[in-house]
Amino acid sequence: MRDVVAIGVGMTKWGELWEKSLRTIFVETALLAIDDAGVDRIDSMVVGCMSSGLFVGQEHLGSMLADYLGRIPVPAARVESACSSGGLALRQGFIEVASGISDIVLVGGVEKMTDLTGCETTFALGTAADQEYEGFHGLTFPGLYAMMAVAHMHKYGTTREQLAQVAVKNHDNGSKNPLAQFPFKVTVDAVLNSVLVADPLRILDCSPITDGAAAVVLCPAEMARKLKKPAVRITGSGQATDTIALSSRQDITWLESTHLAAQKALAMAGRKIEDLHLFEVHDCFTIAEIMVTEALGIAERGRGGRAVEEGLTSLKGRYPVNPSGGLKAKGHPVGATGVAQAVEVIKQLRGEAGERQVKGAKRGLTQNMGGTGGSSVVHVFEAD
Amino acid sequence: MPTPSRSWREIPQRYRLEAGKCKGCGAVFFPPRVVCPQCGSREFGKTRLAGSGKLLTYTIIRVAPRQFEDQAPYAVGIAELDDGVRLTAQVVDCDFSALAVGMRVTIEFRRISEEGEAGAIYYGYKFVPE
Repeated sequence: MRDVVAIGVGMTKWGELWEKSLRTIFVETALLAIDDAGVDRIDSMVVGCMSSGLFVGQEHLGSMLADYLGRIPVPAARVESACSSGGLALRQGFIEVASGISDIVLVGGVEKMTDLTGCETTFALGTAADQEYEGFHGLTFPGLYAMMAVAHMHKYGTTREQLAQVAVKNHDNGSKNPLAQFPFKVTVDAVLNSVLVADPLRILDCSPITDGAAAVVLCPAEMARKLKKPAVRITGSGQATDTIALSSRQDITWLESTHLAAQKALAMAGRKIEDLHLFEVHDCFTIAEIMVTEALGIAERGRGGRAVEEGLTSLKGRYPVNPSGGLKAKGHPVGATGVAQAVEVIKQLRGEAGERQVKGAKRGLTQNMGGTGGSSVVHVFEAD
Repeated sequence: MPTPSRSWREIPQRYRLEAGKCKGCGAVFFPPRVVCPQCGSREFGKTRLAGSGKLLTYTIIRVAPRQFEDQAPYAVGIAELDDGVRLTAQVVDCDFSALAVGMRVTIEFRRISEEGEAGAIYYGYKFVPE
């Protein structure tokens, strides 16, 4: 297996981009990454997208995006794993470079979500759950995570305020990220007084509906040395699955797929969780970040709420989680999220994260999750 | 919404609570499966789900998908039935303030949703307090 490095990153401002189509959002972002890498060719591209078919009625993204990027006839694949489609795209690009099949691979993620009304979007996102045995009964994604929250609060005593503190922390970080959809701070009171979506989760516990894309250029390490680019190595990649329906889990307060994907990625990198300096994780809802920190081993099982309350996961804490603002403040264009997490970690390891820079960061981790944890992808990155 | 063939093939589960019982290890699965994830057996018999159980968790859906908009707010929960099978369904005939982890519920046959005034009506199971 060849060593794989990231030599270019691209991300544009996220939000409700009414004036831009899916193809425009993707191409503008991909060009930033290609220019950042300083390469004059790509050999292949992999794009994560959850549901362009439902969101904009367009499938066959490989052809369309290679075409509009001006790169036909390069091989191009669209991969899907619900909200972890972007993480999966990164993993497929990593495998393609590591295996020697391709040298320069463009990894992208994109989602155009705001062409639909709210209830159509709720339906499209709901397809990441078990449609016949969860969706049929009127469940929504906030509803599923709300049930995880109720169970976690009942079992471990996690409090409503601790959930709110995740949103407050991530908005604090996001206020330092000019590309974030919501770059402003919120207070615990604002979260607790925001409108209920699925009890106990309120609107400020939920990541938003977002249009956006992110891109990374990968190549073998030996090629990067010739290019003299600031290279960040991908030293670990792990993926795991779990049951599609939440009700089928042994323990609905535990994210086994994230735990297993992290174990695999860390083993490949030869690192332990305490060796890492920052973490970009899948906080689609506040309870999700609490459960992810437990599954990664940042917090003990059941103590993820206390970890955020005690500042362990804040920007200046021992384990900074979501310095970018996370899905909560940065936005969550579902298929792009996993790639944007990599963009943030790579910028941090290059020391280019501005006001939200984690000082001296040399190693970081991304964790991207589909559905209620039916799939998870974890990567470990290290500064060269 | 499901096509007629989709709702037709789901009738054994929605109307009769038919589950699959693994002939290899005895585990019960709802919905039925083709291969047992626990022992690998491909031999299954039919069994009927236990009619009651206890709530493991719940929520109240305030922002609903389109076909449930007219029902919001409504409660949904996961119950562990007395045969150990876990099931997701709405919790009805119950004040929201009475919802609690551990609450006993029974399964009843109810209307789930409908496709407007002239469309199909979908039936299935819901939880009611015991």
